[in-house]
Parts: sequence; C-alpha cells; structure tokens
Amino acid sequence: MINEGIVNVSYIIATILFILALGGLSNQETARRGNWYGIIGMTIALLATIFGEVTAQYDKLIVALLVGGSVGLVLARRVQMTQMPELVAILHSLVGLAAVAVGFANFMDPGRLTHYVGVELTIHDIETYIGVLIGAVTFSGSVIAFGKLSGRISGNPLILPARHWLNLLLLLGSIYYGYEFVVQSVEGGGLTPLMIMTVLALLFGIHMVMAIGGADMPVVVSMLNSYSGWAASATGFMLGNDLLIVTGALVGSSGAILSYIMCRAMNRRFLAVIAGGFGTGGGASAAAGGEDQGEVVPVDSSESASLLANAKEVMIIPGYGMAVAQAQHIVHEITTALREKGVNVRFGIHPVAGRMPGHMNVLLAEAKVPYDIVFEMDEINEDFPDVDVSVIIGANDIVNPSALTDPDSPIAGMPVLECWKGKVSIVLKRSMATGYAGVQNPLFFLDNTRMLFGDAKESLDAVFKAL
Amino acid sequence: MRIGVPKEVYEGERRVATTPDVAEQLIKLGFEVAVESGAGAESSYSDAAYQEAGCDVIGTAGDLWSQADLVMKVRAPDDEEAARLRADQTLISFIWPAQNPELLETLTKSGATVMAMDSVPRISRAQKVDALSSMANIAGYRAVVEAAQHFGRFFTGQITAAGKVPPAKVLVIGAGVAGLAAIGAAKSMGAIVRSFDTRPEVKEQVESMDAEFLMLDFEDDEDGTGEGGYAKVMSDEFIKAEMELFAEQAKDVDIIITTALIPGKPAPKLITAETARSMKDGSVIVDLAAEQGGNCELTVADDVIVDSGVTVIGYTDLPSRLAAQSSQLYATNLRHLLTDLTPEKDGNIVVDMEDEVIRGTTICKDGETTWPPPAPKISAAPPAAKAEPAPLVPAGEEEPSVMGPIIGMIVGGLALLGLGAVAPPSFMAHFTVFVLACFVGYMVIWNVTPALHTPLMSVTNAISSIIIIGALLQISSADKVIMWIAVATVAVTAVNIAGGFAVTRRMLEMFRK
Repeated sequence: MINEGIVNVSYIIATILFILALGGLSNQETARRGNWYGIIGMTIALLATIFGEVTAQYDKLIVALLVGGSVGLVLARRVQMTQMPELVAILHSLVGLAAVAVGFANFMDPGRLTHYVGVELTIHDIETYIGVLIGAVTFSGSVIAFGKLSGRISGNPLILPARHWLNLLLLLGSIYYGYEFVVQSVEGGGLTPLMIMTVLALLFGIHMVMAIGGADMPVVVSMLNSYSGWAASATGFMLGNDLLIVTGALVGSSGAILSYIMCRAMNRRFLAVIAGGFGTGGGASAAAGGEDQGEVVPVDSSESASLLANAKEVMIIPGYGMAVAQAQHIVHEITTALREKGVNVRFGIHPVAGRMPGHMNVLLAEAKVPYDIVFEMDEINEDFPDVDVSVIIGANDIVNPSALTDPDSPIAGMPVLECWKGKVSIVLKRSMATGYAGVQNPLFFLDNTRMLFGDAKESLDAVFKAL
Repeated sequence: MRIGVPKEVYEGERRVATTPDVAEQLIKLGFEVAVESGAGAESSYSDAAYQEAGCDVIGTAGDLWSQADLVMKVRAPDDEEAARLRADQTLISFIWPAQNPELLETLTKSGATVMAMDSVPRISRAQKVDALSSMANIAGYRAVVEAAQHFGRFFTGQITAAGKVPPAKVLVIGAGVAGLAAIGAAKSMGAIVRSFDTRPEVKEQVESMDAEFLMLDFEDDEDGTGEGGYAKVMSDEFIKAEMELFAEQAKDVDIIITTALIPGKPAPKLITAETARSMKDGSVIVDLAAEQGGNCELTVADDVIVDSGVTVIGYTDLPSRLAAQSSQLYATNLRHLLTDLTPEKDGNIVVDMEDEVIRGTTICKDGETTWPPPAPKISAAPPAAKAEPAPLVPAGEEEPSVMGPIIGMIVGGLALLGLGAVAPPSFMAHFTVFVLACFVGYMVIWNVTPALHTPLMSVTNAISSIIIIGALLQISSADKVIMWIAVATVAVTAVNIAGGFAVTRRMLEMFRK
C-alpha cells in the first residue's frame, strides 16, 4: 500500500504525460513518442490507483483487466483501416457505458449520504446525474453511429415528424427528473428518476444520430469523442478526482475542436448538423439540380492512363468512395509508377473526405503513400491552375463548383477543392448518381472533365495495367 | 444496311465523308461500307487503306449510288447526284436548305430521307454531331496558316543578334468556334492577339485563351446574343461605334481575321475599303465570311487580292485545304450521328422523329419537307441572368458583431459568479482545474496536424477510459452489486485502453515519408 500523497503525485505525472501525448500529435515524427507518453501515463495512473486505493478483489480485477485488454488488442490488430470510424465509434460507446455504470454504482454506495450533506449532497447528486446523462447519450449515440458506419443501419437520415419538439420534450423530461432525483435522493430514494432519465438519454442519443446522414458522420464521430470526454470529466467531479476531470476536459475539448473544424469545412453550423436532416431548406435548388446540364464525356482506362502518363503535375483527390472500393493500394501503385516516370503526384485531402476526421490520411498511410506528398485542401487549392490531371476517386460534393457559384445550392459557401481550374479532371464514379447532399455536380459536365465509370478499384487496376 | 461514300464531285473539294478508321467503327455498328474508288485520295486515304479497314471499293459513282441504302457526302449533291437519289435511300451531307430552296424541293420530291449536317440543333447533347463546329475550328486554324503564308514577318517577337523583331499583332473579329480556333493558333505562334465580339459572354472564353478582349465604349449594354448562341443584327449606333473601333485598330494591327456571320443574313461589312487600305503595307486580312459576301469590302470570294499593299484572302474552302483533318472530324461527326440512329447496333437505322437531334437534322422524309424544325428547347448558351453569380460570402465569415462575444462573456461571467456564490469550496477547486484543463486542451489540440486527426481520436479515446479509476475506487466495495458492476466496468474500459493505444500505435507506424 502506498500513501495518498504518492497517489496524487502519480496522478499529476499522468496528467502531464497525457498532455504531452496530445501535444506529440502535432507532427508525424513526434506522434509515436506521444503515443508512448499516453501509454506510460495510463500505466502510472492504473498502478497508483490499484496500489493506493483498491483494498480487495484483486483477483477479479486482474481477470477483468486481462480479459478486456486482450479483447482490445485483438480488435486493434484485426481492424481494417477502412473500418477505423466504426472501431472508434464502438470504443466511444464503451466509455459512455462505463460512465453510466460508475455513476449508478456511485449512487448505490450507501456511504454517500453520510459523506455529503446539504449543498454538497445536492451538487454531488447533480454531478452524478449529469455524468450518467452524458454517458448514456454517448453510449446509445455511438452504438447507432457504429451501426451506420458499418452499414448495419441505413446511412440515410431518419427524419421523424416534429423531431425538434421530440428532442425538446426529452430535454425537458431530463430536467424534470433531475429535479425529482435531487429531491428524492436526500431522503435516500431517487433510483427511479435516475433510471427513467437514463432511458430518456438513451432514446435521445439514438434519435440524434439516426437523424444524421452518412457524410455528416465526421462531425458525429468527433462530437461523440467530445461527449466521451465530458462524461469522464463529470465522473471526475462526482468522485472528486482531478485526474479524471483534467483528462476528460482534454478529450472533451479535443473532440469539440474537431467537430468545429469539420463543420467549418462544410460551411455548416454545428447546431444545424446536430439537428440533422440535411437539405430540408434547399427544396428550390434541388429542383434546379434536375435540369439538363449537358453531356458528360466518358473515357476508358487506357485513355486515362495516357492522360496520366503525359502529365507533369497530377493531383489525386480521394473521397469516401476510395475507402468503399478499398482502392488505396492500387492508388499507391499508380502513384509510384507515375513518380518513377518523373510525374509529380500529389494528394489533395478535403477535411470532411471520408467518415472520420483524417480518415483519408490513414488510408493512404496504410497503403504506404508517403505523407509528405499528401496535402490539406488549404495547402494546395491555389496550385490547381498548374495541375495537368486531377483524379477524383469516389468524391463528389467536395469538388462541386456550385458550392462557390450557386448561392441557392445547399452546399453554398462550403470550401471545395477547385480541381476544375486544372487542365483535365478524371472523375471515377460508379454512376451519375448525385452525392450525399443530393446536389447535381456541374463539374461532371464541364468540357475539361472526363468520366471513368465503374468500380474505383477495377477502373484503377485497368489504368495501372495500361500504364 | 450498306453505306455508300462517293467521291466528292464539287470542284476543288478534297474532303471525303468517311476515313478508314471511322469506317472500321461503322462496320462494328453492323453496317457494310462501300467507298468509291479514289474518294479519299485527295485527303491522303488510299483505296488500299479502305479495303484493309473492311470496305468495298466500287469503281464508279453510278454503281455506288445504286447499291447504297445510305449515302454519306460532304458537299450538297449536285443535280446529277440528286437525280440518282431513290425513295428508299437516306442521304446525309451538308445541304444548306435555306440557301438552296430548289435543291430542297428536288430532294423532297425524290421521297428519300435527307439529313442535313448543317441543321444539327445547337444543343449540348448534339455537340458531338456538330459538323459546323468541327469545320469552323479547322477554318479558324487554317486562316492563321494562310495569313502566315502571306505575311512577310515572324508571328513571335524575338531578340536576335541582328536586332529586335516585334511580335505580330492579330485582330480576330467574331469569337465563335472559328474565331477561338484562330486565336489559339495565332497565340501559339507567338502573336499578340486581340478579339472583338458583339456577344459579351464570350469575353471570358477569349480571356481564357490569353487574348485581349476589346470592349466597345457604348452607353447601352447591348447584348448581341441571338437564338442558339449565334450573333444577331445590332443597332445602327452600335455598328457605327464598332466600325470606328475597327478603323482605329486597323492602323495598329498586322493581321485581321474576320469570322462575323449572322445566320440567314449576308455577312456584315465590318471592314470598309478605306479601313483596309489604312493598314500598314504587308498586312493581311483573312475573310472567313467570304462565301456569304465577306466582312471586308475588298474581299473577292475564292481569291487572294492585293490592294494598296494589303493582302485580302477570300478563300471559301479553308476546311478542304486541310482535307485529312477535316475528313477525319467530319467522319467522326457522322459516326456519332449514325450511332444515335442505330440504337440496336444492328446496322439498321431508325429515324426517330421524337429525338430532338434527329428531328432537327432531318430536312425531308417520305416526300415531305420537314425543315425548318420547331425551335430547340434548350439553348447552348446559358441565359444571361445566370452568367453573373452573386459574390458569395461563406456563412462563417459574416461581419462579426462586437456585441455578441461581449454579451456572451457577461452572461458566462454572471453564471460563474452565481455558481461561486452557492457552491462549496471543494467543488470550486475542482472547477478551477476543469476550466484550466479545457484551455490547455484547446491550445494543444489546435497544434495537431489535420493528417493525424484519426490517431488523435483513437488516442483521446484511450485516454478517456481513465474513467476506469472510478471503477477501481468502487471495486473494493462490500456491496456485491457495486462490486460486480465495477468489475464489468473495469473489463469494458480495459478493452478501450488496450484497443485505443494499440490501434493508434498501428496507425502511426504506417505514416512514413
């Protein structure tokens, strides 16, 4: 057994290590070291708690740690990089679940009423209540997000009639039962309102994520990331533990910033995304998208290959379609072949490409594309006039010129990759279907755009052979 | 069906209606192709090449016409050819029905189906069939080549040991397909190119080719865009201002290429004899409107004249002077039309009068004249209103209000004060830590490179399972229920810790230079 001072010092060390872990991610060289800081910090915190606070049940504790840890390791080893968003979502749900469980267990501890009195008891109860509330929303929301990302649930937004009123009702219900809970808890009760609220919060989480469509998933995943942090923080308040508070706040603000970045990249307000149901106000322009925009120019793979081989500057713009088709490896092979011929190949990544922040970067890294030729939208958007060929793989809305030209478009004002300023754009697409926003893309009808129809992977395989 | 391609009979016509390459593709569509001996000779396609592509080579025009179900030509048929046309045959060629009403009547009487390549509607879908555009493109290019032939100096400017050579200045009047092709050709030879057009929407196209668009200093914003994206007749004042501009430019430029045409009207006289003579000695005018009377008063159709040191070229057969290229593009236009006509790809054409392109192109069928067709539904040029999109302000960059953040701060501050007034000191100590941690997180996270956002999410996920400490504090509880809940929570969070860190490590290993 170690004394409380040492436990506290260990917590401070763990806190610093966590901050360093996040700071290390500022670039690729320090990121690996950052991850080790995180692992060491977590180990120190666990050891200090186990030796400082735990007094019994070591056997069960060790078994639980071993079982959980091995499951986690297996998951981490088996997961495909294209499935990363799903994995992250399901892991978030576990944090939410833990927050709910810790909250309930804490509430059921009979020592609570003797330890806290008066205002302190009220504040403690509110902390418990909020911790469980956020945890439950995180849990159910993440489970639904996992279902949507893995295709077990349809990616289309589920729009219930009067859904805003439903959300408001759930919120008011939670506040009412919160009041009931605090009042009853002083007299030793309160379990019933706590459980009712948990059910309401679970429903709210389900409803919230169900109403959000596939391409808004980056926002949802980072928002749930944020929630899992706030849940940990609320639990920290409940337990009076600064390590939990600090760590939760770090994670919470991290997720919040990611959500903000994603929303800015779509030029949409956070609340509008969370309220769900994209394009409800854009009826007029949806009709405009249906008008005859002219004829597209299809190409075949050998023609695409000769375009690429004769280019000096090539820009590849991947989208979610690349992940779906698992085309990242063949993209890398084409990149290598072109670079050997002296073609300058670069990648342009839109912040919301894919289903998770940074999704495309991870996929390209998996395919061994060197990260110094992968650029963010802001870094390369100026360069398009010098680009000979842009290859757009399974992306649509992020290269839609009407975001800049048509003020009535549902995606008006969203920053997009301006590939049409280059000499030729080759668009790989399965069909002429519209993108997630349901907006027709005038890019496809431009004179300097060539459409290569078919599955991205098969098309690229053929292009690679033709090279 | 058997396609017959006769040798062109018009004097000086060197083009042919199909090339061996295209014929091969027509055969794939299910047709048989017969070519008159020597049809492609003038455009460098030998009989042997046609035979190699799978065509029959027929000795005389008479045999060819009698065998063919579908005749493809370049020029409109002359009287002899028109007389050969049978009711069961289809003829595709240039016809110019507006200029040749008697021919149209003869063709109608023959009972054959005749499709005029000059009557293809100007809609986006029909661009691949639009032979006028492909021919105009060639004419524009060839006009520059002809000008260079008669111009005694370089196009491009050079600084040589023997002195400085100024670049030639080229004025292109009318920036249609031919005008743009001329701009492109002259530009790539190094000349300084200026262009004028009555249709303001072509300004962007001209400037995109790095040429200068001349603006007319004219009060009314008169738009010269007529139906189908062609030019229309302008007001007298406009024409006067325009002529003054040309008179002024003529003194400065070395080469003028005029391409101004208005459908169904004689070509507008834009360069007066006086203007033309005011040009420097050795200057060249190429008049692409010579066939319709010419844009220049001095132009003599099909001839080159020199007046006061200025060469005026009035060739009307510029596409034919680039016969191999013209034949290839024209044949491709025809092939696209035939592809549309044979939906089954079985070599049998279906003249579907519901199809806008086919309807517009067909000028007579079953003894009835079907020209002119009803007006096309969609214009190739966008309506003027759409041409000027309002400048967009991204929603995030609205004029920031100073009051917004201040009100927010005041409200937030009051809320904190209210909290401080009732909360016990122990809570406030935790709260301080919480607020500071939020700020630290804010500062740290903004430094994370966007490429690492996914590892960031997985590592924060692992870290947020620090919530395991809550379960560890409860696991020693005497209460069995609490204990088991805690054990389960430890297991669940352990998944997260191990999984989160391991997957982060796996991802970071993959990032390499």
